[in-house]
Amino acid sequence: MSAWLNLRNVFVVALVVMLALVPVYAALIGNYFLMSLFTRIVILAMAAVSLNLIMGFGGMVSFGHAAYLGIGGYAIGILAKEGINSGFLQWPLALAMSALFALAVGALSLRTRGVYFIMITLAFAQMVYYIAIGLDRYGGDDGMTIYKRSQFGDLINLSNKTAFYYLCLALLLLTVYVVWRIVNSRFGMVIQGARSNDRRMRAIGFPTYRYKLVCFVIAGTICGLAGALLVNHTDFISPAVMHWTRSGDLIVMAVLGGMGTVFGPVIGAVALLVLEEVLSGVTEYWQIIMGPIFLLVVLFARGGIDGVLLGASRD
Amino acid sequence: MLYFIEQCLNGVQLGMLLFLLAAGLTLIFGIMDLVNLAHGSLYMIGAYFAATFAALTGSFIAGALLALLATLLVGMAVEVIAMRRLYGRDHLDHVLGTFGLLLFFNELVRLIWGPAGMTLPLPSQMLTAVEVLPGVYYPLYRLVIILSTLVVALLLYLLVMRTRIGMLIRAGASNREMVGALGVNIKLLYTLVFGLGAALAGFAGLMQAPILTVQIGMGENILILAFVVIIIGGIGSIRGAFVASIFVGLIDTVGRAFLPDLLRLFLSTNAASSAGPAISSMLIYMLMAAILVFRPEGLFPASNK
Amino acid sequence: MCCWVQVVTEALLQVEHVSKRFGGIVASDDITLRCPRRRASCHHRTKWCGQEHIDRPARGRARPDAGRIAFGGHDITALPTYRRSQLGLARSFQITSLFPDFTVLDNVALAVQAHAGHSFHFWQAARSEDALREPAHAALARVGLAERSGVLVSRLSHGEHRQLEIAMALATSPRMLLLDEPMAGMGPDESARMVNILRELKRELTILLIEHDMEAVFALADRITVLVYGRTIASGAPEAIRANAEVRQAYLGEQEAVDG
Repeated sequence: MSAWLNLRNVFVVALVVMLALVPVYAALIGNYFLMSLFTRIVILAMAAVSLNLIMGFGGMVSFGHAAYLGIGGYAIGILAKEGINSGFLQWPLALAMSALFALAVGALSLRTRGVYFIMITLAFAQMVYYIAIGLDRYGGDDGMTIYKRSQFGDLINLSNKTAFYYLCLALLLLTVYVVWRIVNSRFGMVIQGARSNDRRMRAIGFPTYRYKLVCFVIAGTICGLAGALLVNHTDFISPAVMHWTRSGDLIVMAVLGGMGTVFGPVIGAVALLVLEEVLSGVTEYWQIIMGPIFLLVVLFARGGIDGVLLGASRD
Repeated sequence: MLYFIEQCLNGVQLGMLLFLLAAGLTLIFGIMDLVNLAHGSLYMIGAYFAATFAALTGSFIAGALLALLATLLVGMAVEVIAMRRLYGRDHLDHVLGTFGLLLFFNELVRLIWGPAGMTLPLPSQMLTAVEVLPGVYYPLYRLVIILSTLVVALLLYLLVMRTRIGMLIRAGASNREMVGALGVNIKLLYTLVFGLGAALAGFAGLMQAPILTVQIGMGENILILAFVVIIIGGIGSIRGAFVASIFVGLIDTVGRAFLPDLLRLFLSTNAASSAGPAISSMLIYMLMAAILVFRPEGLFPASNK
Repeated sequence: MCCWVQVVTEALLQVEHVSKRFGGIVASDDITLRCPRRRASCHHRTKWCGQEHIDRPARGRARPDAGRIAFGGHDITALPTYRRSQLGLARSFQITSLFPDFTVLDNVALAVQAHAGHSFHFWQAARSEDALREPAHAALARVGLAERSGVLVSRLSHGEHRQLEIAMALATSPRMLLLDEPMAGMGPDESARMVNILRELKRELTILLIEHDMEAVFALADRITVLVYGRTIASGAPEAIRANAEVRQAYLGEQEAVDG
């Protein structure tokens, strides 16, 4: 029991409690923007956790993960535009499209390693970005408004902001739990082993390519779900969601929070987006500060906030 | 037909610009093993400097030369202040660190020059067209871009293959510890190589400025194309970068120009005009994907990596 | 120093007329090699003889230009690495290649897992699976690393790395062990310990040993074959090899070149 009671775990629990209480606090002080901000944070945290599955645990640094946010989002958006508003049809399709795209991109990209892999995932994501710009019927560069959120009948009303927030939070926590189980399972051992020493894994008898591909697809699908949530949150979808700098943001969230744990990226997402919010209130040129912060994190806090907290609890 | 030749030349011109970027990227990667996402920022800075200095001095040439020098200095400063600390680290660290630099430069440019972008007018002598083939006229300036880049490519080849510095660069690429152990000032070599890459990027930026754009974020789109070029050509190979950039430039330009018409042969006009641009943008990536299936290390992979 | 390899009749591993060329350089020239069951064979090598290219084709790293390699009756010449492992041919690496951020036990458990069917199990925690942990503990005990099971591999000594290598090879319940210079980089104590471990192991397994260390070779080998510049020059029982004129010439000749 005492092994669990360290600074970092206390922090994690506190953070989850805080996230659960956001709507309550927002209602109390009458600031609904706060809830909107945190809905976005929770959704992107889900995307970051899915990225970390392949990146932190699998060693596959994908610079095109934001593409799945777009694919999930556009699947919903396109269906909505064509008059199909049922979430029971939209969401499975969003997941399926994300999975298929991940399968195609992964099958090709996983034939490469290291920096090639990074550049290739970047290139494929950019390809999807340009395709979306070319979709005139669905808004093209300007994007497309969604007039009706995904309908789930009497199950849940997504237009109810509080209900929607708790749905997102529940899905985030479910994602964290599922990814945690995956990472510690036999499958997860293969993935982590392949990150640690891929050649050796193959030498002892694991055909690592297929495992990495499956992992890649799982991560993409989860991120597609995040995309479905995002489009419902903003009532709007545009190619900007999948710009490569958005993929970069996801990577930053994972590294900032801590790539070594499943929950780390959640911490990173909260930290990054809150910091952005605060800084942009201070100056319109906040990226001048954010940019160097990324560099400093890389140089001095490579283990992320997780690492800092764990280091502090050791002392 | 004339249109086709013109588009081919445009393709070559785009290819040459890509080559300047890709050559710098691949050199820096080959020698310092550094992935530099901020390379596009140097391209952008080159263009901005050129526009500013040309406006100040009233001369395109003077503006260009000053811009080149300024970009070189900025590149070397960035290397000393930031890049140095990234050598030897994980590629993920490079990606994140240089991503941060990219954001920083975009904002810095916005702070200094404002969000609106700039223009760099062509000197009036360049505004004519030249008859490249009987009946085929092509803008002089675009020809200048192609020729000057070829000259730069040749100089680069001579530098890397025929000079002592070039020999050090090639040696450093295959075994950097050894070169250091032999007493060569590796730090200085790296700074120079990075500076060279920056100058190439800045040159590309300033050369395209009169005909394309000078605006924030201009480096990002072409940077990705440069990455595709490197993947296709093989990381670490300048020869590969040259071949691949011409290839990519041609396919992208000619593809965009003719694909909608080609599609109209098979599809309805509506379908063709909406699918056309979307598929054209995909062409390069489809090419890259095809190459990856058969040769994951690119066409001319540098053997030591 | 010469290369010594073992060639015998009834074979578990058969390397037949294998050659490997790199341009004009003949790395291996018409090598024929057979390892029977339950024998320890030593293969003593030098850098110049390209013995690597018997070993590398056997483990799937470099395809031979000519010849054929069979294991337990299966032609493995063109099989990828992971398939050879699944057939029961386990090997250790000359250059230590382990999983540094995992514990000793985790490393061996991975090897066990590789041969325990497919790993598309997403839910149960692998670290609590006895089916993986028990064989891992057993393998570690056989090489004397049982007390170090919870240590991160990056913290082990070089000798312990080599022991771990063997444990991992054992964990796959192989029919044959291919050990590439297991003694490399070890001091005399560690080497002696390793020789004891191998002596115990050879009672249950076929071992093809590639080794520099002559004391170990003579202490362990039932059969020895010598390669010089990629060509077999002698094979047989240890005493026969010791007495073989060509072997002494190759060995002493090079020794003279070193001394003189």
